[in-house]
Amino acid sequence: MLTFENVTKIYSGSKKAVNNLNLQIEKGEFICFIGPSGCGKTTSMKMVNRLIEPSEGRILIDGKDIMKQNRVQMRREIGYVIQQIGLFPHMTISENITLVPKLLQWSKEKRRERAVELIKLVNLPEEYLDRYPQELSGGQQQRIGVLRALASNPPLILMDEPFGALDPITRDGLQEEFKDLQKRLGKTIVFVTHDMDEAIKLADRIVIMKDGEIVQVDTPDEILRNPANEFVESFIGKERLIQTKPDVTTVGQIMNKIPATVHKEETLSTAIQRMKEKRVDSLLVIGDDQTLEGYIDVEDIEENRKKSTLVGEIYETELYKVKEDSLIRDTIQKMLRRHTKYVPVVDDQNKLKGIVTRATLADLVYDSIWGDEDDN
Amino acid sequence: MDTLIQFFQEQGSTLALKTWEHLYISLIAVLLGILVAVPVGILLTRINRAADTVIRIVSIIQTFPSLAILAFFIPILGVGKVPAIVALFFYSMLPILRNTYIGIKNTDKNLLEAGRGMGMTNTQLIFSVELPLAIPIIMAGIRVSTVYLIGWATLASFVGAGGLGDFIFDGLNLYQPELILAGAIPSTILALLADFILGKVEKKLTPTTKSTHYETA
Repeated sequence: MLTFENVTKIYSGSKKAVNNLNLQIEKGEFICFIGPSGCGKTTSMKMVNRLIEPSEGRILIDGKDIMKQNRVQMRREIGYVIQQIGLFPHMTISENITLVPKLLQWSKEKRRERAVELIKLVNLPEEYLDRYPQELSGGQQQRIGVLRALASNPPLILMDEPFGALDPITRDGLQEEFKDLQKRLGKTIVFVTHDMDEAIKLADRIVIMKDGEIVQVDTPDEILRNPANEFVESFIGKERLIQTKPDVTTVGQIMNKIPATVHKEETLSTAIQRMKEKRVDSLLVIGDDQTLEGYIDVEDIEENRKKSTLVGEIYETELYKVKEDSLIRDTIQKMLRRHTKYVPVVDDQNKLKGIVTRATLADLVYDSIWGDEDDN
Repeated sequence: MDTLIQFFQEQGSTLALKTWEHLYISLIAVLLGILVAVPVGILLTRINRAADTVIRIVSIIQTFPSLAILAFFIPILGVGKVPAIVALFFYSMLPILRNTYIGIKNTDKNLLEAGRGMGMTNTQLIFSVELPLAIPIIMAGIRVSTVYLIGWATLASFVGAGGLGDFIFDGLNLYQPELILAGAIPSTILALLADFILGKVEKKLTPTTKSTHYETA
């Protein structure tokens, strides 16, 4: 899909920003370029759509040399997302999203249709199409930035630290959403970042760069297990190398499979009874077929016991949950970051499968400290 | 009051004519200024090296005494409206040129990168991103220019271009303060009016960045 052949970039002067880069990227692959600032990762990416032109070597997209194509035409066929989002403040969200289709002279109706279709992808309401960028939050704006890159359905998307300027929780959410989207749409992504967590989480392969050269190209797992040299090791950080073990375990393997639940049709007194039996302060609320609906805690019951009788009337629906195949490392991080006490685990149909609590984490830490000794 | 009525009876039609001349000289000069300075200002943002020099030269022209400039054009263009318009045109250049240059130059670099990266051509970037966003600054330059020019146009009377300056200079020559006022007051009103109308135009041209049905907190 995308090939770098001996690509070198020399800026005025003599320093080589990128030195003899060779890389083959397959269709549908999610590639992260990572490295310290000045390592040439952004330069490498920007050479793909010729915002920076290579000094030597060739870059091929689907076997065609980019330097032999019309620059403007070529860029319209490559999605582009920047860190600072760069939505045009004087255009509505709809106009922003369908900018490239407009450049490609799609009809007005077709553009609007596409905008409606796209905004649904990121679960934003259709009314937002007629708002202006400044009326949206940073996270929403970057969602639109991503949609804008998807608008004309380009097979290849370049992203320059797209989530770098967002707060950690918004970033987390967007990363997940985007990885999901990428898998569904089968796009090839070249993603520049300096955040190792982000690269590990998103990439199929990570390209680690230093001083304009590639140090290591591999899957996140391989890089964590077999860092090529000391530089990679120090770049990954000792912390993460220690964490490698839980990295490969999924939530499904360690969760508690019998969480304390209450059906939404049950009464509050049943709920409080169950809390007492199970020695917990909150219960997961389920609907028919074990679908997870929300949670209810002892305070909710206390506040509402005079007004309501059924769990279904007062339970809370705002709930963070993970899938069975999520990595433990990510889940732990998120629990710590959000200060939650537990995370319910669901399958693809949102059916409750289990729960990870802080007690589960204690088991995990216990295993990693004494687990090996037990085996002997 | 009586003198005022008398003045209008005697000079009413002349006043209307002079006001029209005045307006016409200034507006043609400003229009020419816009037609030249806006494109040149945009062009300068594309050739950075020349920008400083050009703006400096135009600034220097601005410092020439206006009477001297008017006089300077007499041997070349003779007397009448043409030399007056040309001289005023030179004065209108600087504020418009400088504001256009600054306005375009100040466009958020990220927007340009996003636009370019998505495959907008240079022309598309200018007309659908840079120019719309620079409108308030460019319009500020045009307003300043217009107000100045309406003031300076009184001097055009020196080279026989007519305008409200005729009243002022007649008044000075004949020691008739009412004639001076008859020139000065309409010229001030014209300037205020022009500024007001241009303010409306500015509002109209400035692109919206907020949807009306939705209020931000």
